[in-house]
Amino acid sequence: MFSGSVRGGWIQPKAPARMATPRFSRRKGFLRMIEVADLRKSYGRFDAVSGVSFTVGRGEILGFLGPNGAGKTTTMRILTGYMPATSGRATVAGFDVFRSPMEAKRSVGYLPETPPVYPDLDVTSYLDFCARIKGVKSADRKARIDRAIEKARLGEVRHKLIGRLSKGYRQRVGIAQAILADPPVLILDEPTAGLDPQQIIETRDLIKSLGGDHTVILSTHILPEVSMTCGRVVIISKGRVVAEDTPENLTARLSSKGALRLEVRADTREAFDALRSVEGIVTVNPRGIASGNTILELQAEEGRDIRAAAARAIVAANIDLLSMSQVSLSLEDVFLELTTKDATQVSDVATRSEIFTPIVASEPRAESADHAPETPLAESADSKETR
Amino acid sequence: MSTFTNIGAIVRKEWQHYFGSPIAYAALFTWNALFSVFFLFALDYFLQASLNPGGGMGGPPKPNINEWIFRPTLMNMAVVALFVTPMLTMRLFAEEQRQGTWELLATSPITDWQIVLGKFFGAVSVYAMMIATSLLNFVVIFAIAEPRPEWKPVLTGALALLLMGSCFIALGGFLSSLTKNQIVAGILSFCLFLAIWTLSWLDNPMASGPVKVLAYLGVTTHMDDMVKGVLDTKDIIFYLSFIGFGLFLTQQSVESRRWRE
Repeated sequence: MFSGSVRGGWIQPKAPARMATPRFSRRKGFLRMIEVADLRKSYGRFDAVSGVSFTVGRGEILGFLGPNGAGKTTTMRILTGYMPATSGRATVAGFDVFRSPMEAKRSVGYLPETPPVYPDLDVTSYLDFCARIKGVKSADRKARIDRAIEKARLGEVRHKLIGRLSKGYRQRVGIAQAILADPPVLILDEPTAGLDPQQIIETRDLIKSLGGDHTVILSTHILPEVSMTCGRVVIISKGRVVAEDTPENLTARLSSKGALRLEVRADTREAFDALRSVEGIVTVNPRGIASGNTILELQAEEGRDIRAAAARAIVAANIDLLSMSQVSLSLEDVFLELTTKDATQVSDVATRSEIFTPIVASEPRAESADHAPETPLAESADSKETR
Repeated sequence: MSTFTNIGAIVRKEWQHYFGSPIAYAALFTWNALFSVFFLFALDYFLQASLNPGGGMGGPPKPNINEWIFRPTLMNMAVVALFVTPMLTMRLFAEEQRQGTWELLATSPITDWQIVLGKFFGAVSVYAMMIATSLLNFVVIFAIAEPRPEWKPVLTGALALLLMGSCFIALGGFLSSLTKNQIVAGILSFCLFLAIWTLSWLDNPMASGPVKVLAYLGVTTHMDDMVKGVLDTKDIIFYLSFIGFGLFLTQQSVESRRWRE
């Protein structure tokens, strides 16, 4: 069933089309644990998922990324056998989720967006129930429950009613439920949503520790999470896969579009006028004013170094240049670049005549770029949307 | 084999819900309190009737305990079942849907039928427990009455009560699977049960064709013979097919939910 794999070495994928794309060769021990081919789910005329295809190798942690409503949850629900697809094929651990749903379900641990817990049960009896319906043998049951409790660090609350637990603990109970029967595949729908920073780090570590033994699909719209936990990313937007690569490659692919950030002691107008003479600038975006200093971001033509020219122009205009730094694109920018068409068009089509028009569409970008990758701000804003 | 373990797991979990919340206690209390009241009324009527002069030669026949106490009590409890069973069924599926735990059940290696049957038997077992505890009231009569009343009609009567309540439970489970809101499910069930109960009022020897059919569907109609101690396969089959139909509807509704969402 899982032919064409060399454990721990370079892989020779089956399909010749994949050979052409070198990014697959980075994957170790490529056994296809999850295969999704041209998956489609329509509600009347609306397509929630329109032709999604991807594969996940054994032991891989795949980040499933996309804005709200992109079709992440729908795809995951199809993979877990919660709902049937309109067309297309999906296999989990070699089992077709439509033809042999019971075997497929047995191979998957699933954490839905809201942890599926009964508030009126305590943690242990809840996990006991889960073990029973997941077909864990009665002899193994206690050991499995203890192991799940230990892995999800639920020891101190194991006899508490789930209804009395905090959101973070409930989420962990959900994770314990998913890993309980030790399935080869784990599908986690936004596992860190609603957790505090400490819990987020712990959960990420837990997920990382699960990779290797388990194949994990992790959906999120929190980008730092992806670069920290996932070996590979599939970005979907409006029901389609728009990119599939390692987080590093995705960032690298667009790093040439990185901007130059200037801090000058002048008002925006003066700075604009000073920069007007510089060759090779595509756009200038004001990024705010801090204690009388203006912060600007310059976008250069591709492959052109404008640092020296820009610095000279500012100084020549008798403006104090306070700092200058290269802004590399974060995953957020890549994400927006790929999921919003407008952003791409603006940067591609922009001409010199539009130079000094602040791009309104890129305002939220500014905010996220101002923060370090692990920004609780971005996370809380994101999680609000889902509620 | 795993079919039974799966059903058993659901039954067990339903019991944890029933007895981990006030529902089971409220249902047991209501049932037993009303049973005692009806029992006492019936007992009082019986005592008055037996003290009446004219018993024996020439007058009306001596009142019989089965006819005067057991039968009316059990028949009255059929109406109480109509109020109490929605308490047991309203949250069965609606609450799973609201809490998002349906997603756990639907993605576990367990079939819809196993879930539906597990929930049905979970509710029926609590209902059976209500009947069993209330029958303790009759023990006193059996201990002191002379001559001994017949015990068979009591058993068949209890069975009738159980089967009739199971019909309500099967139907109530179906209604609960239609909504996320357990209150809505409860009210709908109650109204429907009431409507079904009123159908039995149509039952009279003069009734014409269609009216007869409607009366036949009134679940309490089929209790009459059984409470008298007559076990007719026709009635048993009626109840079992009613239950089967209710469970089938539930399973269909649960399955169609996968396609609707």
